[in-house]
Amino acid sequence: MTVLLFTLLPLAVLAAYLLAARRDGGWSAGRSASFAAGILLIVVAMLPSVQHWAHHDLRGHMIQHLMLGMFAPLALMLGAPGTLLLRSVSVGAARRLVALLALPPVRVLIHPITAALLDIGAMYVLYLTPLYGVMAHDPVLHVLLHVHFVLAGYLFSWSIAGPDPAPYRPGLRMRLTVLFAATAAHAVLGKVMYGFAYPRNTGVPIEGLRSAAQWMYYGGDLAEACLAVAFFAIWFRQRHRNAAGLVPA
Amino acid sequence: MERTNSRRSLIATLPLGIGLMAAVDEVVFHQILRWHHFFDWSTPAFGIVSDGILHTMELMLFILGAFLVAEVRRVLVPRAAWAGLFLGMGGFQVFDGVIDHKVLRLHQIRQVENLWLYDTVWIAAGVALLLVGFGLARRA
Repeated sequence: MTVLLFTLLPLAVLAAYLLAARRDGGWSAGRSASFAAGILLIVVAMLPSVQHWAHHDLRGHMIQHLMLGMFAPLALMLGAPGTLLLRSVSVGAARRLVALLALPPVRVLIHPITAALLDIGAMYVLYLTPLYGVMAHDPVLHVLLHVHFVLAGYLFSWSIAGPDPAPYRPGLRMRLTVLFAATAAHAVLGKVMYGFAYPRNTGVPIEGLRSAAQWMYYGGDLAEACLAVAFFAIWFRQRHRNAAGLVPA
Repeated sequence: MERTNSRRSLIATLPLGIGLMAAVDEVVFHQILRWHHFFDWSTPAFGIVSDGILHTMELMLFILGAFLVAEVRRVLVPRAAWAGLFLGMGGFQVFDGVIDHKVLRLHQIRQVENLWLYDTVWIAAGVALLLVGFGLARRA
């Protein structure tokens, strides 16, 4: 199941992406490279040797988690797969896809606040409750959590700074506020884990816990700084457009 | 035109100055010396949360400042840009020293007897930075 989900499926998605990009003709090489990097991160994070390390060492788990939950989704999102998809299908199909985003439950799901709760909120649940201990002994749950963090990470970074069309996305101020709160919440979680020795009951010595928490703090910070750069890039592009009078302010 | 460029250069580095001073405060006084946290209401949990917020604020201000500088890079007036940096640093320092420490009493610099000395040095350092900033801004 792991090989199928984290190696074959991502590579199939990448192949479809590259094929569509080639057929498109004018597709940016930078976007393709970013998307490929995201897929590569997922595949590398789930290599048997990394899996083995993650299983025995909390630091390994944390680095795997950072790759799957933060850096891979960011790189995938910057690859703008949604735009490529809409450009590759017929106009009718594209309209129907965008119409999906208008459905009330989908609109709630893709709201930045929901996305932040699913992503950062789930990390609080995983590391501060006994869930981490349960997951360590349940391979199916383990895989499901990895899938959850890839998807939630994608949803979150896309809802904040996705280049893909997002007609119902809240304004820049709301997104900046959510990004701010989520970054602070992530930093706080890293420090709580460091200071109060979470996750509990894992049998990991305190030094191991602390260095894993440090990885989470600095790694998470770097990923969120990258996301903030992507966000401000959108903000400033809009400022320029407004200043040039191309779009009504 | 020249005045607008000066103003834009100054505004661009202002968030960098604020973020830089906040980072110095966070790294040196909160983390290395551990004299205080942003909110010192005596629980470590509160200290952790408030420092997390302070840290995020710095990060965002740095990135915002970097974008603002990139935007004005072709017409940047160096002296005005330095003025913005100093004004940002001094502004944060004085705001922290007067409003956070004394008016709101969120935290003190250090829990010691001769606190007034710490306060004086803290606020005087901020005022000195502000004066450098004003001096540069006037000549820009």
